[in-house]
Amino acid sequence: MHLVQQILFILCAGISVYFFSKKVGEIRRNIKLGKDEDLTDNPSARWRNMVLMALGQQKMFKKPIPALLHLAVYAGFVIINIEILEIFLDGIFGVHRLFAPMLGSLYAYLIGFFEVLAALVLIACVVFLIRRNVLKVKRLNQSELEGWPRNDANLILITEVVLMSLFLIMNTADQVLQSRGAEHYTLTEPFWITSNFTGMFSGLSDGALIAIERGGWWLHIIGVFLFLNYLPYSKHLHIVLAFPNAYYTRLKPQGEMANMKEIQNEVLYMMQPELAPPSDGSQPAQQRFGARDVMDLSWKNLLDAYSCTECGRCTSACPANSTGKKLSPRKIMMDTRDRLEEVGKNINANKSFVDDGKSLVHDYISVEELRACTTCQACVEACPVGIEPLSIINQLRRYLVMEESNSPQEWNLMFGNVENNMAPWKFSPDERDKWAEEMAAEA
Amino acid sequence: MHIKSMAEYAANGETPEVLFWVGCAGSFDQRAQKITKAFAQILDKVGVKFAILGKEEMCTGDPARRSGNEFLFQMMAYNNIQTMNAYGVKKIVTACPHCFNVLKNEYPALGGDYEVIHHTTFLQQLINDGRIRLKEGGEFKGKKITYHDSCYLGRGNNIYEAPREVLQALDVELVEMKRCRTNGLCCGAGGAQMFKEEEAGDTRVNFERSAEALETGATIIAANCPFCTTMLTDGVKNKEKEDSVAVLDIAEMVAKSLA
Repeated sequence: MHLVQQILFILCAGISVYFFSKKVGEIRRNIKLGKDEDLTDNPSARWRNMVLMALGQQKMFKKPIPALLHLAVYAGFVIINIEILEIFLDGIFGVHRLFAPMLGSLYAYLIGFFEVLAALVLIACVVFLIRRNVLKVKRLNQSELEGWPRNDANLILITEVVLMSLFLIMNTADQVLQSRGAEHYTLTEPFWITSNFTGMFSGLSDGALIAIERGGWWLHIIGVFLFLNYLPYSKHLHIVLAFPNAYYTRLKPQGEMANMKEIQNEVLYMMQPELAPPSDGSQPAQQRFGARDVMDLSWKNLLDAYSCTECGRCTSACPANSTGKKLSPRKIMMDTRDRLEEVGKNINANKSFVDDGKSLVHDYISVEELRACTTCQACVEACPVGIEPLSIINQLRRYLVMEESNSPQEWNLMFGNVENNMAPWKFSPDERDKWAEEMAAEA
Repeated sequence: MHIKSMAEYAANGETPEVLFWVGCAGSFDQRAQKITKAFAQILDKVGVKFAILGKEEMCTGDPARRSGNEFLFQMMAYNNIQTMNAYGVKKIVTACPHCFNVLKNEYPALGGDYEVIHHTTFLQQLINDGRIRLKEGGEFKGKKITYHDSCYLGRGNNIYEAPREVLQALDVELVEMKRCRTNGLCCGAGGAQMFKEEEAGDTRVNFERSAEALETGATIIAANCPFCTTMLTDGVKNKEKEDSVAVLDIAEMVAKSLA
């Protein structure tokens, strides 16, 4: 019986790790479809950002109540995974509570602590479900979340509630069995939370209890394996990618827009033709100005898209969105990820990308959304994990203006004024210092 | 009062302490010209040796870059950098946070390396150094005043305290809006929105921001950007409060309070 369980367990673990690694590999490949961007400078500042932002969740605390609830779930998730290690080893070696004899009385404290965390995770997830579905917090109920994103969020929360409940039920049954001296059930000191609920199970037979305990154990670990494989398809991937994303986040001032070196050289050669390299007769490589599709963005933009958990802090801070415009920075990130996943599937099917007649701009993100942005950086500032929707917006705008000449008439007039009158309005350049002449006259 | 240009300084073989980058709004927009004049008046009174580029100044290219026209931006930047490098400009002060951001953060990659200061920081330094002396019990003493963080000074460059310190030096009663500092709400003009109609929505960004400023009960909305000043003034007018609430640049407030 034990051997069967062991083999089954190892099989489950193997399958789950195989499929998880395969999907991780695909995501890695997809991110690398983006353009190169060197973000390895100043490692100490980057480590600091990772510790403060990802580990310490510094930016979450702008909204203290969700931050505390999130901290409970996060701490639970990370720390209870130590218990998963024991469950995993128990499963492989066919033993029960492997660490109990080694740790002595410390073991009960540890499990007690996990139980407290499990209870906190359970409570927080229930509150989160209420916030989403009953209180209908605005940022968690906006139009871009309709359909799959909303189900994704609820599914994650329900799964966590179920996993934590199984963990607690398993421990309760375990302690009743311990007290009856059942074979294999290592005697431990009472666990903090579940020891108070043993009464619930006291009327059940040993056989029924073992079924509950084993059932709880198996469902819990199978749940964990399924969740592991669900993760890379879900917004929940942020629990992993928040760390690299915070590490590679922007260190430069937020106001600074990325320079386009390729255009800098063109302008230089136009102004000073003597500096242009002599033509060797070959056609210069076709290059794209700005971004039309995900492959034109940088790998960091694509990592951003996979790191986004769709919390909507960016969108609720966005002045365009809060005044009813179509732009939502969260949707920019969701669209980028959706398009990238589509491109990934295309590559899986065809070995390399085959043009599908679609692009990120137009098919996913409309011109109207892009035109509504004031570049105020509130979305960048709001993101707890250092995502930059503005960077994507800027690159798509560059493509629209420079490759499609797609700009509103007023902007075309402004461009003309800047070029001909050296100011965005149609004033004579000779009047630029008229105010100074007036001051001289007034004095 | 005669405001000297870089060309005049160069002709006399002199170098000014600082170049005052006026910007297009400060040069041409009637409302913003008042801010330019107020700031120039302060510099003159305090005895800062400053110059302007005059007719040689051109748009930094900011609205072109933000709207996506990188070619035009780079052309403007090239010309401005040529001009400033020829004069050997070292230090620039500007009353526009958009010019400030481009000059400080974006020109270095194109060969223009200068020490760039926003006028509110410059004013704060002059007050701290005792070069600006303010009236005891000036016009703004005890007045309820709210301060609007512009995006490119605040979030863009992390400057939140210098403008507030100047206001404190004027003995005002500073009341903060619900969204301030890193959470400050945009006035709606950035990203070249100033030069086009807003996209369709429920309301205008400047109406929303002005309503928030009016909620504080302040009689003056202090700003640090010519575009914010315009947007907020329009928003105050929309609420028909222009007779009781003024939108002023911090430089204008300091100019009125000089001892």
